[in-house]
Amino acid sequence: MPQPDGLLYSKEHEWLKVEGDVGIVGITDYAQNSLGDIVYVELPQVGKTIKQFGSIGVVESVKAVSDLYTPVGGEVLEVNKALESDPALVNRDAFGEGWLYKVKLVDAAEREALLDPGAYDALVAEGTH
Amino acid sequence: MYSPHTDSDIEAMLATIGAPSLEELVRVPDAVAIAGPLDIPPAVPEMELFAKIARYAERNEAVNYTSFLGAGAYRHYCPPVVMSLAMRGEFLTAYTPYQAEVSQGYLQAIYEWQTYVCLLTGLDIANASVYDGATALAEGAIMAVNATGRRAILVSQAVHPNYRAVLRTYARGLELDVEELPVGPDGATDFSNLDVRLADERFAAVVVQSPNFFGSVDAPGEAVRASAAATGTVLIGVVAEAMSLGVLATPASWGAEIAVGEGQSFGNPVAYGGPYVGFIAATKAHMRRIPGRLVGRSVDNRGNEAFTLTLQAREQHIRREKATSNICTNQAHCALVATIYLAAVGATGLRRAAVLNLERTNELAERVVAIDGFARAFAAPVFNEVAIRVPAGLKAANVLAELQRHAILGGVDLGRWYPELADCILMNATEMTTHADIDRLCVALRGVAGVARSEAAHV
Repeated sequence: MPQPDGLLYSKEHEWLKVEGDVGIVGITDYAQNSLGDIVYVELPQVGKTIKQFGSIGVVESVKAVSDLYTPVGGEVLEVNKALESDPALVNRDAFGEGWLYKVKLVDAAEREALLDPGAYDALVAEGTH
Repeated sequence: MYSPHTDSDIEAMLATIGAPSLEELVRVPDAVAIAGPLDIPPAVPEMELFAKIARYAERNEAVNYTSFLGAGAYRHYCPPVVMSLAMRGEFLTAYTPYQAEVSQGYLQAIYEWQTYVCLLTGLDIANASVYDGATALAEGAIMAVNATGRRAILVSQAVHPNYRAVLRTYARGLELDVEELPVGPDGATDFSNLDVRLADERFAAVVVQSPNFFGSVDAPGEAVRASAAATGTVLIGVVAEAMSLGVLATPASWGAEIAVGEGQSFGNPVAYGGPYVGFIAATKAHMRRIPGRLVGRSVDNRGNEAFTLTLQAREQHIRREKATSNICTNQAHCALVATIYLAAVGATGLRRAAVLNLERTNELAERVVAIDGFARAFAAPVFNEVAIRVPAGLKAANVLAELQRHAILGGVDLGRWYPELADCILMNATEMTTHADIDRLCVALRGVAGVARSEAAHV
């Protein structure tokens, strides 16, 4: 399945959608599919400043707990509250309703370290994990 | 076969540390190695050996002493049914079964233990147990650190000194600050300055023990609970004597989000320092931070009730260095003993046993302070331990030594941990303590006090 356009991707299988000076972050469909049924998502605290590629939370599936590495740095503006009661939203709609958190973007240059849909597609096709 | 390292792994590690071979690495230098055979007496027939060991055992005369020792390890009556069931071969295994779900009976027992811990603490969720109460406190503190992202713990000086020592050991490795709250003149924690201490929101947790190390009921009041809540500080309640939960309010009722403690009192005998059975319980909000094993109840593929290890994804065999804790072990058999004990005595029996502890301790305190020169060190109400101040001019250590000459273990010298209390003895009475025991103690104490008075008169 081709990756949605208009998003940027990290090698750790997170996506970033830029809307003005706000970045919306989630994990990719490939990532949710690899993890299996997601039972819990631990997100950073609102107001906290996070650094690009830092470990900022975890996604817990029935078989593993995986770290979340943020594709972009900045202040956390909002987290997806719906995931508290329904973490499987990430499985059902990884690129939409299953978004994780929003960040106030500080450094546009950070995005140069991310992949475009084509490059991420290639990464997934390689099976690199 | 279990092969932790390949030959090339081992070679790489040896090369890194500059050791030529595994044999060389572990070779004992000739200077300290024992040359020749070990100095062990020749083998004897089994019958002779038993007789010999029985003679050695007879030298342990302290087992026949009258004991008022407590301070974290308590003598309680254990109905014979407990060991009859717990010692069945099906329950005796060298280690936690690796295919845990094969052992449905054990998992059910642990699930019942967790349920009892929840009932006794008033909290939502409990784990399968950890080594002991001190470990439970350290693990509880780590839960609070992970929950808050803060790196300091505020602990009352009335928390068991050994528990605080283990907490500090953990804290050193994790680079956490441990600070202490003083004890007030009534023998309970002095919370008067708590608001100020918590104000900068630096502490992950405030740790209080009730009954505290001096035996005093030390459950914090509404103001403490409010200060903790207002500053986002987790209140951790320590219960070093689980029997007290038979009569005292639950830690949850006095605001503890995490309760930790020691369950040895339930059926587990006191024996040279262990084994013990630590428990951890918490509110549901802390569920994913509880360390160690947790047993859950589920249904199998035929729809039958089944028990299973749950929330394992956070344990170290899966999550390695990022695990919630390095504890995977639980004290399964000790927890089983405690579970059978609780099932055998039931809620009513537990309450009755706890009330007996309370009555015997009150009797002990009243009888001892009736002796000239002896007094309660603190006014706060107690459960089954009481701090007694010895007559002026005497030290607790001298009084205890004198009592030992009368085959009485009179209690614990509080000066060991609190130099300012070197004239205080921590005395414990349980349902095992008889009126005759208290009589003997009082006779001996009168002697000690009389000698002290006559010596003072000669000076």
